[in-house]
Amino acid sequence: MLDKNGIARRIAREVKDGYYVNLGIGIPTLVANFVRDDIEVEFQSENGVLGMGPFPWEGEEDPDIINAGKQTITTLPGASFFDSSMSFAMIRGQHVDLTILGAMEVAENGDIANWKIPGKMVKGMGGAMDLVASAENIIVAMMHTNKAGASKLLERCTLPLTGVGCVKKIVTNLAVLEVGPEGFILLERAPGVSVAEIKAATAGRLHIPDEVPEMDL
Amino acid sequence: MIVKTVANAREALKGVSDSMTFMFGGFGLSGIPENAIAELVRLGVKDLTCISNNAGVDDFGLGLLLQQRQIRKMISSYVGENDEFERQMLSGELEVELTPQGTLAEKCRAAQAGIPAFYTPAGYGTEVAAGKETREYNGKMYVLEPAYEADFAFVKAWKGDEAGNLIFKGSARNFNPVMAGAAKVTVAEVEELLPAGALDPNQIHIPGIFVKRIFQGELYEKRIEQRTVRTRS
Repeated sequence: MLDKNGIARRIAREVKDGYYVNLGIGIPTLVANFVRDDIEVEFQSENGVLGMGPFPWEGEEDPDIINAGKQTITTLPGASFFDSSMSFAMIRGQHVDLTILGAMEVAENGDIANWKIPGKMVKGMGGAMDLVASAENIIVAMMHTNKAGASKLLERCTLPLTGVGCVKKIVTNLAVLEVGPEGFILLERAPGVSVAEIKAATAGRLHIPDEVPEMDL
Repeated sequence: MIVKTVANAREALKGVSDSMTFMFGGFGLSGIPENAIAELVRLGVKDLTCISNNAGVDDFGLGLLLQQRQIRKMISSYVGENDEFERQMLSGELEVELTPQGTLAEKCRAAQAGIPAFYTPAGYGTEVAAGKETREYNGKMYVLEPAYEADFAFVKAWKGDEAGNLIFKGSARNFNPVMAGAAKVTVAEVEELLPAGALDPNQIHIPGIFVKRIFQGELYEKRIEQRTVRTRS
């Protein structure tokens, strides 16, 4: 079974040379730490930064340079700043190659819910609805089950939707899955996790190929 | 040259009154019009509708207007990090309209550009699209979103000149440029107000035509919401 860093490490392998990538808050943010250093990738932050770098050295924080999580950051050579409308032109216009975001629920038809729990938690969707409605290449990073142990991979989402039929790939602490025409397709198992365990933790339809290799991390 | 300079926030906010709709630039606490917000607190205008990507924190940014119960309705994309906001929302004192961030930006830009409405894919099939016109283009579904209508836009820039030209710094740019000129009156506050001619016309982000009044802010706290650093070993 993987921890959050393990999920990020596996997703980092989906990041290819020359990609512009948007990382959501939470596990997705960790992906930047595991991208191979022999490829060129630029990270986009929807508040108006392309070419995000690591956190600043202590004492060098600049309140005018933050990421979408409102954290102080730095920029790398080749970076640019722009306004919010242009930022979402990059996103809606499909200039961003890969979007990685977290989710509360994903359904077997690719629907995703990650912005609201009625009566409990209403923080808002931020840029998630724009991202999932437009991106061709969306990977969801999340735990396979919630804190109560219930599956987050469902037949249909129960929470208010963020987008419909948009998720293509999911990486969890247990598995890598694809959204196929007839439900989830199990592609890889996390180290030490059996197909039976993944099946038990998946509420939506799960297609299991004859061979399910263990993840190569 | 048409001079846009006014002496201070008090003069810049002449004409604001109860029940108006305001736009506020900023993302989190970065690039917010601190002086305009302070003046609105001083004036005590109420029943406001505020269009802003976020709602500040409990004791800074738009949180200051929330504390004084000056806001009736908030239009934002993300409103976490503010306990008083959550309390007022859950108790029904505060009306909240959550809008996808790109849609919020474009509703401002459309108002700025004289476009009454536009189609966007964001929110299709979700509760955000409920009751809205939808339409298919090239096999994909889109939602019709109208431009905002606001009385004042409060924006904050790094540098500006007497003609109202603005230059922003870093990611503090965010929603400020798309709100300039998107309301009946745009008030720009800057960290440094310069004479006309001091800024290179090639480097202007927002031309003065979009700005009605400009003033130099008195003091900028520029509070950091999430201080994240690397420690030197």
